[in-house]
Amino acid sequence: MDKKSLPGDGVIIGSGTIYGSPVAIYAQDFTVAGGSLGLMHSRKITKIMDHALKMKIPLIGINDSGGARIQEGVNSLAGYGEIFFRNTISSGVIPQLSVILGPCAGGAVYSPALTDFVFVVENISKMFITGPEVIKTVLGEEISMEELGGARIHSEITGNAHFYAKSEDECFDQIKRLIRFIPGNNTLKAKCFEPAEPENLYNINNIVPEDPTLPYDVRHVIRSVIDKSDFFEIMEMYARNMVIGFGRMEGHTVGFVANQPMEMAGVLDVDSSDKAARFIRFCDAFNIPLVTFVDLPGYLPGADQEHAGVIRHGAKVLYAYSEATVPKITVILRKAYGGGYIAMSSRHLRADFVFAWPTAEIAVMGPEGAANIIFRKEIMSSDDPDSVRKQKVEEYKSKFANPYVAASRGYIDAVIEPSETRKFLLHSLKVSENKDVTLPAKKHGIPPF
Amino acid sequence: MEKQDDFQILNINNSLYITRLSSKFLNRKPYSPPDPKTIISSIPGTVLDILVKEGQLVGKGDDLILLDSMKMQNRLKSESECKIKRIRVNKGDKVSKGTVLLELE
Repeated sequence: MDKKSLPGDGVIIGSGTIYGSPVAIYAQDFTVAGGSLGLMHSRKITKIMDHALKMKIPLIGINDSGGARIQEGVNSLAGYGEIFFRNTISSGVIPQLSVILGPCAGGAVYSPALTDFVFVVENISKMFITGPEVIKTVLGEEISMEELGGARIHSEITGNAHFYAKSEDECFDQIKRLIRFIPGNNTLKAKCFEPAEPENLYNINNIVPEDPTLPYDVRHVIRSVIDKSDFFEIMEMYARNMVIGFGRMEGHTVGFVANQPMEMAGVLDVDSSDKAARFIRFCDAFNIPLVTFVDLPGYLPGADQEHAGVIRHGAKVLYAYSEATVPKITVILRKAYGGGYIAMSSRHLRADFVFAWPTAEIAVMGPEGAANIIFRKEIMSSDDPDSVRKQKVEEYKSKFANPYVAASRGYIDAVIEPSETRKFLLHSLKVSENKDVTLPAKKHGIPPF
Repeated sequence: MEKQDDFQILNINNSLYITRLSSKFLNRKPYSPPDPKTIISSIPGTVLDILVKEGQLVGKGDDLILLDSMKMQNRLKSESECKIKRIRVNKGDKVSKGTVLLELE
């Protein structure tokens, strides 16, 4: 092994520009000792990582590695540790992107997990801690690489991947597109583009049905307020009940978070909370204002959710919004019930502007559930419980299923027509440009990881 | 509004929402309380030895099965006094997580 020559030790590093923005990059080469990571291999990677952090430019890692170079023993583990440490220290300072272009196993997958965005390609990307072989010998379970940790699994099931592409070319386009939406480091704002109007494809007045139980695609609402209707969705296939992504408003990058009523009624659950919270923290770290569209029935009930720790995961959203000091603008489109109302960038978590459409209803729960509890005695003691229940539901709806109670308390700044949404968002963003909030001095908070 | 074909109903606090249901939700395991009459493997592994016989009375803390898993020999112990009704595995069997190993009376 010592005598064997390994070209470049299986990795190349360098820097370049994407549409004029500088980036640092490394790429592992699977054709050289399986892209395995030894001491020199890791030193090359950490060299470019140090460079990226010093120059305050984004780091792109192209990962294609079978894992540790076993021949190099503990040195290879040390190499991994040095990479993980730098990933962590650079987190929130420079954007870090990981591209998975081959089977990545063992230590090779932890670095991507510590970075901000992971890109995968159909049939090419594989990620797992222990591969199918080990699983078979140790546990007797048979599973293919694709089923265990293929691109689709990480995009749909695990949530480890943020961007899914059908080809490498599509993947590279996604990377270039993302780089244009985000700043080079945490002291900058994203590059401003030429302002443009939304394309006239969606009539914003007709997207949201008045009946709070009917579905629609909230992405149409996002597209109808952003420049060119150009929405760059992130984690499109994972926890679809929550939509996250970037768009521009008068040329400035904005991070959008929205409940998606046509998927799982737009509930908050373990996965969607995790998805939203991480995105909010990315936007906050990189000076990207947040716009939140709210339409949710609350949290998803179920023993599986409770046992999976929905309390802790749901709390991530509260934490992320509360902690975020970038401009936060909220639009309540329709229902905002219970803990979900509080979590989705409410005034109480220091949203700077909160607007509501006339269809908005802010309440502890939906009218059916609320009426059953508040008027239980009257319903139960009645000769005709069904009609009394219906009557009480209607009574509750007319009293509480509107935005005006919350507005009268100052929790909502204005009730606006859907067609005015872009105007109000642009105004709010303009006014928030110099927002300056300092949190109490601390080493760091302790988010509910 | 979206195409209706794959929309279903989701009940949240007595409100019935028309929406798509995720595969994770549809495939979720409904909760079932642990059955005190069965001993199941909480980890996958290989049955190294069965230390009891059908019909045998065992006391609390007695060893029942030796399970090799993750390079460790795990002793599965009885949680209470009971009688072994049926042994559902053989020596050398590879078992996955959640396999019923023994039935108790």
